[in-house]
Amino acid sequence: MTDFSHSLALIVAEEVLTVVGLVLLLASAWLGDKASRGISIVAVAALVACAFLAAPTLAGGLMGPDRLAFGGQYIGDAFSAFAKILIYVSAAVTLIFAPNFLNRFVVNGQGAMRAEFPVLVLFAVVGMNLMVSAGDFMTLYIGLELNSLSAYVLAAFLRTDERSAEAGLKYFVLGALASGIILFGMSLTYGFAGSTDFMAVRGAMAGELATGAIFGLVFVLAGLAFKISAVPFHMWTPDVYEGAPTPVTTFFATAPKVAALALTMRVALGAFGGAVDAWQQIVIFVALASIIVGALGAIGQSNIKRLLAFSSINNIGFLLIGLAAATEQGAAAMLVYLFIYVFMSIAGFAVILMLRDVDGNPVEAIADLAGLSSVRPAMAWALLAVMFSLAGIPPLFGFYGKFVVFQAAVDADMIALAAIGIAASVIGAFYYIKVVKIAFFDEPSGRIVPETGPISHKIVLLVACLIISPLGYLLGPWLGGLTEKAAASLFLIG
Amino acid sequence: MLLVPLVGAVACYFVSANAARMIALITTLIELVLGVVLWVNFDIGGAQWQFMERADLFAGFRYALGIDGIALMLIMLTVFLMPICIGASWNSINKRVGEYMAAFLLMELLMVGVFAAQDLFLFYIFFEAGLIPMYLIIGIWGGDNRIYAAYKFFLYTLIGSVLMLIAMFWMVREAGTTDIPTLMNYDFPADAQKLLWLAFFASFAVKMPMWPVHTWLPDAHVQAPTAGSVILAGVLLKMGGYGFIRFSIPMLPEASVYFAWLVFAMSMIAVVVTSLIALVQSDMKKLIAYSSVAHMAIVTAALFAFNVQGFEGAMMVMLGHGLVSGALFLCVGVIYDRLHTREIARYGGIAINMPKYATFFLLFTMASIGLPGTSNFIGEFLGLAGIYQASSWVAFVCTTGIILGAAYMLYLYRRVAFGEQKNEDAAAMPDMDAREWIMMIALAAGTLWMGIYPESFLAPMRTDIEWLDQRLEAVAPAGDAHLAMPSAEEQAAAAAAAEHHDAGEGAH
Repeated sequence: MTDFSHSLALIVAEEVLTVVGLVLLLASAWLGDKASRGISIVAVAALVACAFLAAPTLAGGLMGPDRLAFGGQYIGDAFSAFAKILIYVSAAVTLIFAPNFLNRFVVNGQGAMRAEFPVLVLFAVVGMNLMVSAGDFMTLYIGLELNSLSAYVLAAFLRTDERSAEAGLKYFVLGALASGIILFGMSLTYGFAGSTDFMAVRGAMAGELATGAIFGLVFVLAGLAFKISAVPFHMWTPDVYEGAPTPVTTFFATAPKVAALALTMRVALGAFGGAVDAWQQIVIFVALASIIVGALGAIGQSNIKRLLAFSSINNIGFLLIGLAAATEQGAAAMLVYLFIYVFMSIAGFAVILMLRDVDGNPVEAIADLAGLSSVRPAMAWALLAVMFSLAGIPPLFGFYGKFVVFQAAVDADMIALAAIGIAASVIGAFYYIKVVKIAFFDEPSGRIVPETGPISHKIVLLVACLIISPLGYLLGPWLGGLTEKAAASLFLIG
Repeated sequence: MLLVPLVGAVACYFVSANAARMIALITTLIELVLGVVLWVNFDIGGAQWQFMERADLFAGFRYALGIDGIALMLIMLTVFLMPICIGASWNSINKRVGEYMAAFLLMELLMVGVFAAQDLFLFYIFFEAGLIPMYLIIGIWGGDNRIYAAYKFFLYTLIGSVLMLIAMFWMVREAGTTDIPTLMNYDFPADAQKLLWLAFFASFAVKMPMWPVHTWLPDAHVQAPTAGSVILAGVLLKMGGYGFIRFSIPMLPEASVYFAWLVFAMSMIAVVVTSLIALVQSDMKKLIAYSSVAHMAIVTAALFAFNVQGFEGAMMVMLGHGLVSGALFLCVGVIYDRLHTREIARYGGIAINMPKYATFFLLFTMASIGLPGTSNFIGEFLGLAGIYQASSWVAFVCTTGIILGAAYMLYLYRRVAFGEQKNEDAAAMPDMDAREWIMMIALAAGTLWMGIYPESFLAPMRTDIEWLDQRLEAVAPAGDAHLAMPSAEEQAAAAAAAEHHDAGEGAH
């Protein structure tokens, strides 16, 4: 019984989010869409509260058997706490962005912002929490599906917009396929390892692997690669990013990426941690392919959201270089990169959300950004910071993410991988500076009006820009300490 | 010293055009004064590293500054050229003045930072960060084809330097420190040195620029505004040479010796090819840009001669070229402001209506050729003397470059300043105003000072260069022998041929 209460105490964040989500669902059913504002505020408050719940775990670097719940199915260690805080931040930002954007679209005589939106985001967050805390393949799958099903609905949230519906359907069909692949891989792994528990799998899959076990491992990783949109399972990303409402795209670019990547780390380094040789080549290939395809694919894009989709594929490639190193340093570097990546994405989408044309419609074509620096200088400088940061040009903070990841790769004796990866990053720099060129060097297109966005967007943008600016380096020691603790907890063999 | 331009840059961004000009000028002048103070307080013959500032940022990064004589001289060059750059863009830049001045002050911050950095990664950050303001300067305020030039500049330099970053990671892992002075004394394994050297070389050769990766330079120079060209030619190119002298040679001495033939070959080709290209240019800025490539080739050849004269010569050419090419770009800028064309054919006979301008232009032309009494003479003479000790053939080819240099510069001067006044608008140009006078006099004084009494510039660098020479002593003779081999063989063959000839004659 004490074990059970201990377990319940560990998952208090998930309990809070679930209960708040259910209560808000009831509230939205009774109060209707009028209450959507209040429901959003309560949801954001719940997320912030959960972030504070996770903070002590992370700061204390808690790990070990004390942090296992329900017989090892759930792990509440510092690593999961780090990922969860990033997820909460992303989800809260999405909720801040959503009403302003969705209410510009009128459905059935009222704004498209409905009371279900925050509830869906909360359920997705619960799913992601389970993903990053998974200690067992069953937990993994439940979290993955809870998150994915909420995400499919969110992608199609703008019901009257064909692109949004298309994005939702595409995401659903391909996502279901990926879930099937994972499930197949899990069943093979279970068959060969005799357990679904990560630690038991780790014990069973050390040394020489049977062909079937390798199949299981490959299928699980392939399914996860779909979720993090790594090449060659990236095809859905640009379409979904473009079609989904922009706040939802912000959400997709941040929270589920963090969750899926943390999960991939947990599976690769935890469950398959004894079989590094079996997956290392796969990860190296996927990393390089993602960097190159992400960079080349972005060059021809004319829609800024599609461009950011390819950019996220590109960034996932850099993150996977940290995974390929398969060291504690590599894992810490990935977490640093993830942190920076989340804020770069938030800042980038905040800029896009604040740009409007004469009719107040959102601007998405890159060509329309022409001359942005003379129409809205602050936006243009923010965009410049984001683009150079994504390109990894010092002194912006995005450079630090690449710095630690490549340092980890070199320290793991993967100099060739690091050299090819960093050379390919120059291809990526081309389209990032193209955006800067359009915004700064070209004559104004006249499409964008000097209208100022809501104050909440400005605050989010300002905070995100401060983090990616050179001032971000002041966070460096703090971030380095936290990620080391988180990575240490991941590498603890329970 | 780093703080002043940063404050100035932020201030510039927020004020009106005229105020921004004044703030920028005052900031750069304060920097100049600070630079002079630094120079005066620099203890010649004292400790190798002076004015150290250190603050631990966090693992892997350290904020560490400090200078030796070589860095001091290059910092002086930077702070000396900056007020002139601001002056050069006083009237010619009319749109978005605040942002322009802010970009320039940021450049100054980064350039001083590059030369003063004592931490490997801090150096890299300063080195790379310069791309952003320069990209904006070329792209926003440049000429007609500015976008192409800005792209080319950015991507070329970026691909060069990212490989250097990987090499840095490896070095730091191997040596366990990011401290540049420590690394300069660290002996890396010989076979690893070669790969590391190539990675560093990729970066510095692009920045320098060496043939065949020099093609970004003419585009960037031509399209950049006048002050941008001055900074590019005056300081940014020197970062490549500084990189060689600070990283490649002392940290990787064996690989440097091993690859010296490559540097010599590239330098020789560069000197001749780019000089010939410069001869046929019809665009003034392009001509001067190609002449920069040729001068920098002499610098690289002199550096890789591995002797005291070579190093001193290379440094003096770098400093002298910084002043002279900056001055030449300024000369072009002066007439460009009046006529808005860089076509040589559009000018002609301007010595008649602009006699004072023509005098200065002549002085800098002569300095560029390397006439005794000007800065470049000292550098080129020392440099060639150093190269000659290493290999007489390389020295021979490099000297050809100087003759060709005289040809294209004098040809340029004849077409612009002498001859008939074919174009009426060119004939109607007024002579220089006070602002241009001040800038020209400052540059001319610097050039002549370096030419007549180079000791004041050589003295602070002497101990560092001697140290560098000692550092290489263990490996350099092997390199010399290796390089001298072909010429020794040739001599032997020639002697044998002569004997044979004699014998043949005897038989008759």
